[in-house]
Amino acid sequence: MIKRFIALVLLLTIGAIFAVLLLGYEPDAELNTTARYYADHTAQDIGSANIVTAIVVTYRGLDTLGEVTVLFLAAAIVGLVLSQGRQAAATRRGLTPVGELLTTGSRFLAPLIMLLGVYIFVNGHLTPGGGFQGGAVIASGMLLLLLADPLKHFSHGLISTLESLSGLLYVAIGLLGLFLAGGFLDNRFLPTGELGALASAGAIPLIYSLIGLKVGAEFSSMLASLTETEEL
Amino acid sequence: MSVLMLTMAIVLCIAMIGAAFVAILGKSLPIAFLAAGLVSLVASVLFLILASPDVAMTEAAIGSGLTTFLFFFVLGRVRKGEHDGCGIDHD
Repeated sequence: MIKRFIALVLLLTIGAIFAVLLLGYEPDAELNTTARYYADHTAQDIGSANIVTAIVVTYRGLDTLGEVTVLFLAAAIVGLVLSQGRQAAATRRGLTPVGELLTTGSRFLAPLIMLLGVYIFVNGHLTPGGGFQGGAVIASGMLLLLLADPLKHFSHGLISTLESLSGLLYVAIGLLGLFLAGGFLDNRFLPTGELGALASAGAIPLIYSLIGLKVGAEFSSMLASLTETEEL
Repeated sequence: MSVLMLTMAIVLCIAMIGAAFVAILGKSLPIAFLAAGLVSLVASVLFLILASPDVAMTEAAIGSGLTTFLFFFVLGRVRKGEHDGCGIDHD
């Protein structure tokens, strides 16, 4: 009884806090100081048409490096835990045969999905999306391939080489920015070019492509380890 | 936001809450997984309406794609363990 009462009081308190937040909410009529700085300066300083990308990759580039590191650690731990139970794929039994529709559909759709992923991260400085989104889309293409053929074997060597190489190049580009331009992960050691062109915004397309490859490789290696593991 | 968009957003919100209730209260696990994936899918459309397409992309790919796969994968693994008799021993 007393437990229920406490729970009810707790719920009401949290509800009251949210109600106050909701009732007191007024949308800003204009951008605040930080946002206005980014909106005014991004185009001429960074040369990126997509302001969100300029903030994620350049202004807050160090945070993004941290995020990529966290994702790398997660993928490494999943691989480490699951590698204990990895067995030869041929020994697995009792697989339900996948349908004709899934097989044909995945053959048709998987390349298109991968292409969309690459498009998203290559155009990260022009259109919404970027490395993380593109990487996730590539991983969902891999998921489709794995669903159509669970016994399909992906080369873990290739995936981990791709992943470590892009991580290494990402940090190397950051260091190039430190030596040749204003600071770590500064994109302006390459010409910023014309606003809105594909080859513009300095190193941002390079950095985002590397992030996209890295994120895609990490998610794909997680999926592949999951499906290849027999017992835990 | 035009009236059409507002109506669509309200319909989507109601659908999202309905799917969330199905996910919580439903008796069948696969249907609950699908309903949870549907919540993510509707959320990604709502993010698109709220003018943040990049968040919508992430939500659609990870929330409704990879997470649903993970749920089904674990469910398959747990059920297989039960059939093989190497899962939890009941006696």
